[in-house]
Amino acid sequence: MPKTKPIIELRDVRKSFGTFNALKGINAIIHEGEFFSLLGPSGCGKTTLLRMIAGFEPPTSGEIMIDGKSMDGIAANARPTNMVFQSYAIFPHLDVAGNVGYGLKTKKMPKADINREVDQALAMVDLAGFGDRAAHELSGGQRQRVALARALVMRPKVILLDEPLSALDKKLRDQMQVELRELQKTLGVTFILVTHDQEEALIMSDRIAVMFEGEIAQLASPEELYRRPATRRVASFIGVMNFLDASLDSSNASGVTLTIHALGKVSIPHSAVPKGVNPAQINKVGIRPEMLTLLFDPSDKAENEVKAEVVSSDYYGDMTYYSVLLPMQKDPVTISMRNTAGRSIAASGSPVRVGWGAESVVLFE
Amino acid sequence: MKRGMAPEWLTSYAVAYMIFLYAPVILMPMFAFNDATVIAFPLSGFTTRWLEVLWSSDALHSAVWNSTIVAIVTALASTFLGACAARASARYRFPAQRGIIGFTMLPLVLPEIIVAVALIVMLMQLGMSLSLWTVVAGHVLICTPFSIAILSSAFASLDQSLEEASFDLGESRWGTFRRLTLPLVMPGVISSLLICFTISLDEFIIAFFLTGTDATLPVYIWSQLRFPTKLPSVMALGTVLLVLSIGLLVLAEWFRRRAARRQGLDASSSKGML
Repeated sequence: MPKTKPIIELRDVRKSFGTFNALKGINAIIHEGEFFSLLGPSGCGKTTLLRMIAGFEPPTSGEIMIDGKSMDGIAANARPTNMVFQSYAIFPHLDVAGNVGYGLKTKKMPKADINREVDQALAMVDLAGFGDRAAHELSGGQRQRVALARALVMRPKVILLDEPLSALDKKLRDQMQVELRELQKTLGVTFILVTHDQEEALIMSDRIAVMFEGEIAQLASPEELYRRPATRRVASFIGVMNFLDASLDSSNASGVTLTIHALGKVSIPHSAVPKGVNPAQINKVGIRPEMLTLLFDPSDKAENEVKAEVVSSDYYGDMTYYSVLLPMQKDPVTISMRNTAGRSIAASGSPVRVGWGAESVVLFE
Repeated sequence: MKRGMAPEWLTSYAVAYMIFLYAPVILMPMFAFNDATVIAFPLSGFTTRWLEVLWSSDALHSAVWNSTIVAIVTALASTFLGACAARASARYRFPAQRGIIGFTMLPLVLPEIIVAVALIVMLMQLGMSLSLWTVVAGHVLICTPFSIAILSSAFASLDQSLEEASFDLGESRWGTFRRLTLPLVMPGVISSLLICFTISLDEFIIAFFLTGTDATLPVYIWSQLRFPTKLPSVMALGTVLLVLSIGLLVLAEWFRRRAARRQGLDASSSKGML
């Protein structure tokens, strides 16, 4: 966790377009120097929220505080935030230096200072010497870097990124994810990223707010989100989750005891029961594909074991994803296995032993 | 069929079509430089005397002057109004938007004679006297739709996030217009100015109805047609106007294409007036 001074506070922020409630009361605190992501499917309100922080749209009610000051009635051009647009919004009639220096010119900065700042910003995004390129001569990745430099050069308190990598091809996107993250760490500026790509959010963020239908479903670190998703919806949005029917046997001082119909009895300490989950209401558990193991060799051991049958397998090179039918289940579960040296691929229809551990079980209402 | 090979009948049809379309236009410069007062073949010799007649006619000079003033004022006013309408239709959503935009485009298809009669009846009822300014009013009415059509594509192809980005970088609304929007739509503005200027310059019916004692150029030409001896000099004048009009329209199209290119669009695929 970086420094803990709050830079942005969202207090019961709501937004309605006519009768449609795009945001239904958002509360969150974003810390200085944090890489914060708003993650959700399209239409969940994440871009609307970002645009409201930028000042392009006023909230219907609620308050947005930036650096301790209320942003009520403060327009986008007076806020300490700068945005990297999804389309990059590179000014087509200006060259790269003209684009990056655009904002500094409004500050009435002397020309020599502008040139120096622009060169610095271009060097930061690995575009040193590109100042006199015309906008239309740039590739997608270069446009993205220019848009970033144009925001960085203003030295804002917060940089807002609206799906900045969605227009890039897979390889460039992977590279930019790492570069952006490193740049953010080096500069220590707060980044707020809007994305629908859960992998991108997991890789880059300190914390992620998962949004569905105008509400934050869970706000947590990437690890926490993946390991302890608060709801079934979050669990299936972040990665793959196998859901299994379960019922509560007992709940006492040491923890809860459940019967997972497909796997058997399991005891879970209270500390592993998610906040907000009432033990009496538990009827599903989740297990990630990599937390289930196929025990190929008779000598392979696991904390718990059940007998199952392979339905099908998908070979991904480094991994194989199996569909496996557990006892008493209609639908097969997904199990991922790393293709280590000498490990064979189990044939469809073959019986297997599946190993699992109590620690990997996530409880849901 | 091989690409690029049109069937023979199609080629001859195209040639016939072009002759039908442009033969009368080509006749005009031919007789403008023909050394005879009668407009008839065979041509009798080359002369520039009809152009010299034009040069020395005071009535013509004042007509040209009147037309130029009317055309410049019309071009500026129509382009300003057109820019406001185009921006509004590209940026804002308001009730009955399509209907309102449709209404502003209506003068494009109204017969000019109807517009002219309606205007003169209204001006008479209001007790206004006819002058060059009433001609300007009529011309603005018919030029504005052209201006809206040209500028709509200029404003619509302007990515809204560009203006937001400028605003986000600390620029004011006026500064954004001056540093970003205006330079980007400028080719469209120039194109609109040139087309409105051209339309106003050769418009006859409205000018004929609404002008007072000051004749515009088309009205002057019409008055000259009553005298058969003046016909060759009218031909010469027509030739001068033809060259000017083509020049202006080519310039307007060049600006429009440059605008499209600047914004990274394919110039040939975007809607043009020509």
